[in-house]
Parts: sequence; structure tokens; C-alpha cells
Amino acid sequence: MSDAAIRPHAELPVGAIGSRASGWWAMIFTIFTEGSLFAYLLFSYYYIAAQPHLPGTFPQGGVPSLALALPNTIVLLISSGFVAWAQTGVERNDKKRLALGLLIGCLLGIVFLIVQYFEWAGKSFPLASSPYSSLYFVVTGFHMAHVVVGVLVLAALWFWSRRGYFNNVRFAHVHIGAIYWHFVDAVWIAVFFTFYITPLLGLGA
Amino acid sequence: MRQDANSSVKVAWLSALLATLMFASPARADAPLNYLTSHSDRADAVLHLTWGVMGISVVVMAAIGVLLTVSIWRRPGLAEPQPGMRLAVGPREGGLSWLWIGVGVSGLALLATVVWTVDVLAGLAEPAEGAPFTIEVTGHQWWWHVRYLSDDPSRIFTTANEIHIPTGVPVRFKLASGDVIHSFWVPALSGKTDLIPGQTNELWLEARDAGTYRGQCAEYCGIEHARMGLIVVAQSPAAFRTWWDHQLQSPAPPPDASAMQSFDMRCGSCHAVRGTAASGVLGPDLSHLMQRKTIAAGLLANTERNRLHWIDDPQAIKPGSLMPAPELTPHELAVIDGYLETLR
Amino acid sequence: MSSITDYERMPDVAEAERRGLAQEMQRLWETGPGVRGWLSTVDHKEIGLRYIVTAFAFLIAGGVEALIFRLQLAGPNEHLLTPEQYDQLFTVHGMTMIFLYAGPVLSGFSNYLWPLLLGARDMALPRLNALSYWIYLCAGVFLYAAFAIGFGPNDGWFNYVPLAARAFNGGPNIDFYALGMILLGISTTVGAINFIVTFLRMRAPGMTINRVPILIWGTLTASAANVFAIPAVSLAFFLLWMDRNLGTHFFDTAAGGQALLWQHLFWMFGHPWVYAIVLPAMGMVSDGLPVFCRRPLVGAPAVALATVATMVLGFGVWVHHMFATGLPTISLSFFSAASIIIALPSAVGVFAWLATIWTGRPVFTTAFLFFASFILLFTIGGVSGFMTGSLPVDWQLTDTYFVVAHIHYVLIGINVFPVAGAIYFWFPKFTGRMLDERLGRWNFWLMFAGFNIGFFPMHIAGLLGMPRRIYTYADGMGWDWVNLTITAGSFVFAFGVLLLIANVVRSVKAGRFAGANPWDAPTLEWATSSPPPPYNFVVIPTVGGAHPLWEDRLGTEGETSHTRAGLVLDHGREAIGTTPVDAEPNVILKMPGDSLSPLCLALAATALFVGLLLLAWWLVALSLLGIGASILVWLWPRARLGETAGGAHV
Repeated sequence: MSDAAIRPHAELPVGAIGSRASGWWAMIFTIFTEGSLFAYLLFSYYYIAAQPHLPGTFPQGGVPSLALALPNTIVLLISSGFVAWAQTGVERNDKKRLALGLLIGCLLGIVFLIVQYFEWAGKSFPLASSPYSSLYFVVTGFHMAHVVVGVLVLAALWFWSRRGYFNNVRFAHVHIGAIYWHFVDAVWIAVFFTFYITPLLGLGA
Repeated sequence: MRQDANSSVKVAWLSALLATLMFASPARADAPLNYLTSHSDRADAVLHLTWGVMGISVVVMAAIGVLLTVSIWRRPGLAEPQPGMRLAVGPREGGLSWLWIGVGVSGLALLATVVWTVDVLAGLAEPAEGAPFTIEVTGHQWWWHVRYLSDDPSRIFTTANEIHIPTGVPVRFKLASGDVIHSFWVPALSGKTDLIPGQTNELWLEARDAGTYRGQCAEYCGIEHARMGLIVVAQSPAAFRTWWDHQLQSPAPPPDASAMQSFDMRCGSCHAVRGTAASGVLGPDLSHLMQRKTIAAGLLANTERNRLHWIDDPQAIKPGSLMPAPELTPHELAVIDGYLETLR
Repeated sequence: MSSITDYERMPDVAEAERRGLAQEMQRLWETGPGVRGWLSTVDHKEIGLRYIVTAFAFLIAGGVEALIFRLQLAGPNEHLLTPEQYDQLFTVHGMTMIFLYAGPVLSGFSNYLWPLLLGARDMALPRLNALSYWIYLCAGVFLYAAFAIGFGPNDGWFNYVPLAARAFNGGPNIDFYALGMILLGISTTVGAINFIVTFLRMRAPGMTINRVPILIWGTLTASAANVFAIPAVSLAFFLLWMDRNLGTHFFDTAAGGQALLWQHLFWMFGHPWVYAIVLPAMGMVSDGLPVFCRRPLVGAPAVALATVATMVLGFGVWVHHMFATGLPTISLSFFSAASIIIALPSAVGVFAWLATIWTGRPVFTTAFLFFASFILLFTIGGVSGFMTGSLPVDWQLTDTYFVVAHIHYVLIGINVFPVAGAIYFWFPKFTGRMLDERLGRWNFWLMFAGFNIGFFPMHIAGLLGMPRRIYTYADGMGWDWVNLTITAGSFVFAFGVLLLIANVVRSVKAGRFAGANPWDAPTLEWATSSPPPPYNFVVIPTVGGAHPLWEDRLGTEGETSHTRAGLVLDHGREAIGTTPVDAEPNVILKMPGDSLSPLCLALAATALFVGLLLLAWWLVALSLLGIGASILVWLWPRARLGETAGGAHV
């Protein structure tokens, strides 16, 4: 037996170091499957949009207004920025920055939810009125559910970081949660583009 | 030499086809829904392709079967595995040529099939020329609503479950559904086309030979899917013309006017008879019922006994059918059937 | 070792026989005693066996259902069943076999075998593994609860709308089906993610990507497909549930919804799924068959590549289930061509297996018979698929018994036969005992004869125009003798399956003892005892080739494998993590202990779906809280696992 063939070349890290955790990989593939879910949702939208419609029924009530949706999109993007700022913070062992970034990211997520509530309340049609209304509320609803989960994740991470759980070696939880949050934000861009921009480009009219 | 090779290939093909025929042929004549016989030019091309791919399949099955059998008994190893026993091969394992040859031959066969398929499709995709008229078929749970269209509104009429077409010309079908998805299928004349609510599909049917062809709903559509049959009657253009003209007429008024009233009252909210007060649309149109070969969507022969039984208790014959038992007295039953018999 | 933060370590190297090492490993990895231990175990072997046993329970249920409706179809105009009973039976039969048996049974084998084949201590995410099983069990019970109270799904397993809409199906049947399928989808998805991560992280040092057994490729490809495909069907069922209960109009054609949207979503999932439930089984044959041919698989890299290629192409052929829906011929031609060409990678497998037997020295065991016969059944199922791939031909074949024959040659030929072979092959590893070979021969020949007598004539029934899903048929249709044959054959087949189960039951207690490697097989699972200890390997194996236990005889060049000596990881439950391609060790993984969180999460998730079924919003809210709490407890950072800044090792 030759030890040399078996023994690693150097000392090995023990446990989750950096983002090198099984959970990180699991999150990547969770994002693949969730991303597919949204792809199928948007496929449903485009599939139904491509069928003939009576004027004014798709999108129902005309092209949706950007008044709330556009600023809200920016809120979500800024939130992602703060979470990324928290991530680089923990990599530098800056625990204050970690906690602060997570907190602001989480609060901006809540702001997004509140604004979305008003966006929903401002719609002139309920869920059950047409294929468009069904698509609108279900797709944005799916996204909102993901934002709620993301806000809870950020809150948990914030709580743990306040308890001093993470440092510049042990921060897999932070990166795993953060990548989910970035995903939720990226999906919003696709949802936003589909519901608010494509009608401007003439789809469904 | 070359001729020898050619003929041995032919023999192989023929025996493969023969093997398939052996299974299917004896039964084929007695199976009205079989699609190994065709009665239209459009269906012929498909049938040849079907035999072709079936031939390829049988050859592949036979070849793999033979290779497998020979390989198993060619060089058997020990009866019982033992630890540390010798392997069959050394470092140079071999066997890769099988992959090259096998995959190469398969690839050629597959490619040929794609080309043949696309070729047949190209022929079918062309809308048939000279279609003289259009028949609109709407699927319902569990019967077929049939409407003959014409540019002349007075020549439009409605019937059900039995479709007449003239021989020798392609007829255009517009297929729709009134409830769930059904599939329109007359195997001897054509493959299936679905009837889907919210869209209209097209199909051309053409019969070379006069005759009666059975059809059947082919997409599961609920509890009586099994018994959603139909009949296509192909007849000479002259006979067809006569038939159409006759369908346009209202049936002669029955000698017993009260019978008609009974019918209108008990049946008329679901069924229609051309030119009378009965104008329901929930069930099949019954004008000229007595000219149809079957009742209950191809289920029963159109005889007095079957009609009485069917009207008296549809649920016993076709459980789940949307036709309720009308709870008629034997007298009413006889009167109503008497009226139906006048619908010639 | 101290309890101070320990971020890096050079693992020890030792002989497997080192005194006290095995006992120490046993202490670290053994599941706790009693009911609590049973409910909280995360041992992949335990979970794998549970999967297999549960899947077989569903196989029996689905089989009995089929036998009952085969009696109904044995002759024309039979009245054994009402149409409604028939509809529930055929739908539940399809649902059971496709979703509750065929996928899960392979998950079971893969769960049991993966870490052993990979030379690992466990799956990458052991608790997720437990969760996946518990949810599968709950979803199965949920779906069968519907059947038990008389409201089983009744619109066919692909459940087309609008027939499945509230307007045409008012009972709770389809609500059960929709919600149960979403729940089951969660199980499949987390299981799939676990397999992928395990592949990327848990291969023994030296198991580079070209040394991975084919079964691993099969399950990996299936899992990758599931990750992308499952959301389509879960979404379709969710939208349907919304349509039925909350008044949305996705599929409501009367209000502008689209009936074909359902078919697209369903088959975008459905076709990849069919490959997902056969590729791992083909992998089992690729690994098992060569053992009995006494040689490595011919063209193993080509077979692995073909596996992946099949799956990739498998995402591009879903429309061949919709050939008759009136889509434009141009797009149909594309899908038709793709559906024919997809047979090419399958040909790679067939000729590789044939060549392996041809150039090998076959040993006639029952497992060999199952694996070898699979090649023929696979070919038959393949060519009938090739026929239906040709668009104009399919316009006739589709929705007839020809397709029923095809799906059964695929699912029984490519799933059940390999699974039966796999049971004969790996049973000694699972239990330490051999199955009875004499009973095995009876078992095989009855299954093989019964299957072909019962299912080959279905092709002919199809060609004679017998539509699928009819509860009865008139006489004079020409289908009488063929149906009688089918029914008779299916009973013979069922009897064969019964013998398999009898053999297992008998041999668990009374079988001949098997050593570590009774078949003299080459892969790592045979390097450890039968049954394997909870930790699988006392020391981590090092892999130098694709056939670690045959290296002495194959005369490998270069590296050699080591199974008797290797890395010792004994600071708690630990495993070695390696790089995804070259399998270089790059981390010592801290593995979680037994946990009740997966069970709690599964129960809370099931409660959620019960709440949705009953539209009981209080229960929905309560379940969501339960789910959140379970996840929080599950993921709470632990110092013992090296997850917090407090210290890697206590």
C-alpha cells in the first residue's frame, strides 16, 4: 500500500468553508427547478397571449401602468445590492456590515411586498374574471410567495448573524440564502418584462 | 451474384411481412375498425408507410432476437459464479465494432424512415383539391352532431352519428367540440383528428369504394367513451345527391297527430325533427331517423326492439349517458316509437 | 482531538482492519434504537429499502387493479364493472405504475446503491433523502385515500382538460389527483437534487468522471431531467386545481382558456419522465449484465454518452403525444423526425449489451436471464415507439391498444424486468443472503412468457382498431380472441411476479449466505460486507479505474484502486468531498445525524395539501407555520457540523 496514492496533497478544509457546501449546490439546483417553474408559467402566458383575443381583453384593462411597478423593480434590485454588500462583508469578517446589509435587504423586500399589495388592489378585475386576470394574479402571486420566503430567509440570516454565527470562514448559510434572494430578484425582471413591457411592444393587443 | 443478394433481401423482407400478416390478417377481415386495409388514395400512402415501418420493426426484432439467442448459447461460461474466477477478456477488451456497425445500420434505417415519413406527409399536407362541400362535425358526450354546409342556405341540414359521403371525391370536414376533447376516427379512410373545444380542426376524407365504414371516438371523453361510435356511408355521387335532397325534406306528417305531440312534449326539448315543433339541440337530431342504420351513436342496430329498449331505459344500455329515462307508460312508448317509425 | 475551531485537517490513513476502527465507526453511524430511531434515520440504505418495499406495495396494488379490469375485458359486453369503476381502475392503475411504482422503485435502488457504488458514506444530503421518502409515502397514501373512499382519479393518468375540469368532473376525484401529484413532485424534485449534488461531491477519491458506473449516469441524467421537467406537471396540476376551486380560466375553453396548454405542460414533463423511469433501469443492466458475461461492458463511455443524449433529445419530442391535435404539419414533421432519430442513442445501448454477451462468457443466473431478456423487450418497445414516431402512421396507431402495448413494453420491459434482475443481483448485498435460483428460473420464465403472451397481442388488438380506455366492446369487432389471450397472459405474468415476491420473502430468512462479493463483481459496493455496515466503508476507498475489484485480472495500466486501506474519518460523522470532475479530495464533510425534521416537514407538507383539498384555510395557515418551523430547526446552524463560527469540531 502506498500512502502517497491515498493521502491528499494538502490539509483539507473541514465542514462548510466559504460557499463550498453541499447545501450551496442544492440551492443552485433548487434555483434551476424554480427557474423552470417560472419558465413554464411565462410559457403559459405567452401561449395564451398568442391566441386571438377580443380588443382590450388581453391585457385586460389595457397596457398595465408602470407607475408602481417600475419603482418597485428598482427597490428589489437595490435590495439585491445590499445583500451582495452583506455577502462581501462577511467574507471580510465584517459582521456589522453583514447584519446591516441583510437587514436592509430584508426591509426592502418588505417594501416590495407592500407596494405589490397596492398594485394588486389597484386592478379593476378579480382573479376569476378571465385568462388574463388568472395569469396576472397567479404569476405575480407565485413571485410574491417567493419574495415572502426570501424575506423570511433574510430575516433568519440576519438573526443568526446577530448571534455571531458566521465569520470569514463559516458563511455558507449566508451565501446560500443570498443566492436565493438574487434569484427571486432576477425572476422578477422576467415577470416584469412579460407583464409590463411586452404589451408595450404590442403582444396580445 | 448480385441478383442473388437482391433476391435474398427480398425473401427476408417478404418473410418478415408474412410473419406480421400471420398475426393480423386472419382477424383483419372481421375487425371493422382495423386500419390494415384502406379505402382511399390518401390512406393508401399511409398504409404503405405503416407496412414499411412495421416491416423494418419486424426485421429489427427478429435480428436482435437471433443475435441475442446465438450470443447467449455460443460460448456459455460456468454454471455458477465463483469468487476470483477468470474473466472472459483481458486488457484489450474488444467488441467495439458492434457499436459502429449496429449504430450505423440503425442510423441508415432511421434516416430512411424520416425521409419516407416526410415524403408521405408532404402529400397529405396539400389540401385536397376539388372538395365539393364541407361537413361540420361537433363532438358531444357521447354522440356526433353532423351538419352539412353549403353556399346555398336552403341546402344546409343537420343529422347525427351517420355521415354519408360521395365516393371518389375528397370531402372537407370541420371538426369541433361542444364539451370535452374527442377524436374523430374512421380507420379505413383516415387517421385520427381531435375535436377540441375552442378550436376547429380540418380533415379530408375520401372513399374510393362504396360501403359502410365504422368510426369511433378515439380520445377518452368520459364514462361512455367506449360507446361513442359513428358510421360513414360512402355511396355513388348520384345516390349521395338523392340522399342529400331527401334529408332536406321535412318528414311527412304522421297519420296520428297526437303521437307527434307526445314526442314533442317528452322528447322535443332535447331532440329535433326538421319542420316540427321538436327543436332541441342537446341530443341528436332525429329527422329521417329511420334511414339510419344504428341508434345510440353506433351502439345498437336501428330495430324496433332496440329502439323500444333504448327509449325505455337508456341507462341500462349506456350507463352514464346524458339521456334520462323518460319514464313512459308502455302505451306512450309504443306511440312514440310509432311516431319515430314515420321519420323516413 | 481538541474542541477548538478546527478549519483544516490532514486525514489519517489506515488499514481497514485497524483495531477498534470498525467499532468506532459503528458507534458514530449507527441509527438510534426504537421507534424514534426508525423514524429519524437518515441512512441511505434504510431509506433505499423503504423506497423499494413501498414501491412494490404499489406495484401489487396496481397489478391487482389491472387484473380486475382485464377480467372485464376478457370477452365482449362483460358486466363485471360499471363504467365508472372501470374508469377509476384504469386511471389509478396508470397513476400507480407510472408515478408510485416505476419512478420510486428506481429511486430506491439508486438510494441504496449510489453511495456504495461511489465509495461514499452516504448521500450528500441525508436528511433531504429522508424527506424525499416520507413525502413519497404521504403522497402515495394521499392519492390512494381518494381511491379508498370511492373518488379515485378517473380521467386517465394524463388527465386531459376540459374533461378534468369542474364542469365535467364535479367530484373531488381530480382535486385529490392534482394535489397528490404536486406533493409527489416535491418528493421527486428533492430526491433528484440530492442525486445531482451527491454525484458532484461524494465520489470516492480517484473516481474521475470516466470511471463512474453507468447506473450513476442513468440516475444522474434522470435526476437532471426531473429538475427541469417536474415543475411543468406540478404547475399544470396547480393551475387545474385553481381552475376547479378558485374560478381561474387557464384551461376553461368557454372563457378563452386553452385546452392544449394542459397537453403541452403535461407532455413537456411526461416525455422526459418516461426516460427518467427507464434510464436508471438501463443503467442497472449496463452494470449488472457484464458481471455475468465476465467482462466489462463494451463501449461503456458510449453508453454513458448515449444515456445523456437520450435525455437531451427527450426534451424535444413531447409533441409526438399530440400528433392528432391539429397542430401545423410543419412543426409536427420536426417532432416526428426527432421522435424517430431519438432511437439512435438507444441503438448504442442495445448493441453494447449484445456485444458484451457475444464476446463474454455468459453465466446463466436468474439475474442474467432478466437482464438479457430485457434487451429483446427493450427492442420491441423501441421499434413500436419508432413506429408511432412516424407521424402519418401515428395518426392511426395513437390511442389504440398499439400504444398500450408500446407503453407496457417500455415500462415493464425496461423497468420491471431490469428491476427484477436487479433484485436477484443485489439482494445478497441488501440482506447478506442469496435468492433461490431454482425458484428464480420459474419466476423468470413465468414472467417472461406471461408478459409476452399478455402484452404482445395488444399490438394486434391495436392494429385491429381497438381503442384504449374502453370499458367494454361489442362482439363482432374482431377483438374477442385477442383480448382473451391478453387477460390469460396477464394472469400468468402476475403469477410470475408473485413468485418473485415469494422468493424474496423466503430468502430473507432462509436464503444461502452470501459473502461480500458472491458474483465476483467489479464495483465498489461488493468491496464491503453484505449487508454493508451503517458507515458503508471503514476507510474511504481510492479508485484507480472503472472496475476496482477486477483490476488484478484486467491488467490495468497506471493507477490502482485501494479498498483495504484508505482515509480514516472518525471525528464524528464525516465523509470525504471531492471535486466534480477529477474527484480530488477537497473537503472533509460533516454529515448530519439522525433527525426528526424530515418527517415533521413531510407531515406538515401533507397537512398543507389536505388543507387545500378541503379548502380549510386555517389548516393551510397552520401547516405553513409547521413547515416554516421544521425548516428553521432543520437549517439552524450547528457548531457540531462546523456550520457556525463557533468551532468546526467538538
